[in-house]
Amino acid sequence: MATETTKPADEAAGAREFDVDNPAPVIEPPRTRTAKTPRATRTNFELYGWLFMRLSGIVLVVLVLGHLLIQLVLDGGVSKIGFAFVAGRWASPFWQTWDLLMLWLAMLHGANGLRTVINDYAERANTRFWLKTLLYAATVFTVLLGTLVIFTFDPNIR
Amino acid sequence: MSTAVMDKAEAEAKGPASHLITVTLRIRRYNSEVSDEPWWDDFQVDVDPKDRVLDVLHTIKWEHDGTLTFRRSCAHGICGSDAMRINGRNRLACKTLIKDIGPEKPISVEPIKGLAVLKDLVVDMEPFFQAYRDVMPFLVTTGNEPTRERLQSAEDRERFDDTTKCILCAACTSSCPVFWNDGQYFGPAAIVNAHRFIFDSRDEAGEQRLEILNDKDGVWRCRTVFNCTDACPRGIQVTKAIQEVKRALITRRF
Ligand code: HEM
Ligand code: SF4
Ligand code: FES
Repeated sequence: MATETTKPADEAAGAREFDVDNPAPVIEPPRTRTAKTPRATRTNFELYGWLFMRLSGIVLVVLVLGHLLIQLVLDGGVSKIGFAFVAGRWASPFWQTWDLLMLWLAMLHGANGLRTVINDYAERANTRFWLKTLLYAATVFTVLLGTLVIFTFDPNIR
Repeated sequence: MSTAVMDKAEAEAKGPASHLITVTLRIRRYNSEVSDEPWWDDFQVDVDPKDRVLDVLHTIKWEHDGTLTFRRSCAHGICGSDAMRINGRNRLACKTLIKDIGPEKPISVEPIKGLAVLKDLVVDMEPFFQAYRDVMPFLVTTGNEPTRERLQSAEDRERFDDTTKCILCAACTSSCPVFWNDGQYFGPAAIVNAHRFIFDSRDEAGEQRLEILNDKDGVWRCRTVFNCTDACPRGIQVTKAIQEVKRALITRRF
């Protein structure tokens, strides 16, 4: 907390920038509500987004913790991970499905979470738009690339 | 008997005032006719520890600096005029005793956050009331008006009892970090007052209010921070009310 207790006007008592006839402009907080504010969209998008965060979160607890346990703790820890280890696991449709599900859920969950963060913190409409465009592009790219690799992985590649 | 009381009061007023303590109030000041920057003013005042912050503000305004500006009306926690940020927490100045907030250290008093400061502790409440108006905070019914009261069972009344207590002080909404960052969010107070009618068995516009709060700036922006519940001087379970509206929306859909 600033402990500055001098009145700014006292310092420059001679030439004051603001006075009774010329008051300083009111500093409006970002994006103030006005009579025109609620532009109703009449969709359930936010409802589904909110539900998805909770449902995917529950599934992610199992998927992510299981993933971390297998990759980093069990059977020699992180040093065992190599091309052969990945190839061995993706030979099984079970682990393929596990990783695919984890990829999609974590990416959509994380992307929707960051969308919330952008909505909260980006003040200007333009900044919001470009940050979200960047976010969606990165999400689509990562999800598609990951899905492609899981389905087309070739253990015999040289 | 009345003279005895008088004597006692007089004796206290004249006595060595040993029960008084000296506190420092560090007040966030702003005056657009002086500067575009806010500043802090320290005031040292002798007060009774059982005085309220509002009493100290009065002492300062009446005896030290008449330009100090703040809102208050009832001085008894009912009108909702004097919500302010005291030692970093939103409270009503008229319900906060000096002895409860650590008078050994300077007590900071600031305007509530997220609304434009007009002067010193006075903020522009208009965006707050706009959100309130937007949830239609009035009874909506169809059909003929009954010739007597609209009766309701005690259980039906109990359903929304908590949210009838709101005094529209804005302590909750101006303590919400989502509202600080984006004033478009309806904010806890508007949702509390929508809750008061959504769960009223006599009202018929619950659907409409739910639809309003289902939108982009409605209940889904709540992140369960609980600042509103902590701030409410009426002890309303604000976060709980918001979650009940969310639940009503979800069960309506599925
Ligand atoms: C381990 C299991 C997980 C659970 C139970 C979980 C649960 C949740 C929930 C319930 C929310 C919504 C919070 C709110 O609306 O207030 C959330 C937000 C979020 N999650 Fe997760 N999550 C998990 C994993 C992940 C992962 C793996 C990522 C990254 C890919 C992630 C990224 C995020 C982000 C960025 C947010 C938004 C943060 C915010 O709203 O401030 N989460 N999470
Ligand atoms: S819910 Fe409580 S804190 Fe919010 S405006 Fe009403 S009385 Fe004030
Ligand atoms: S002055 Fe009325 S609530 Fe404090």
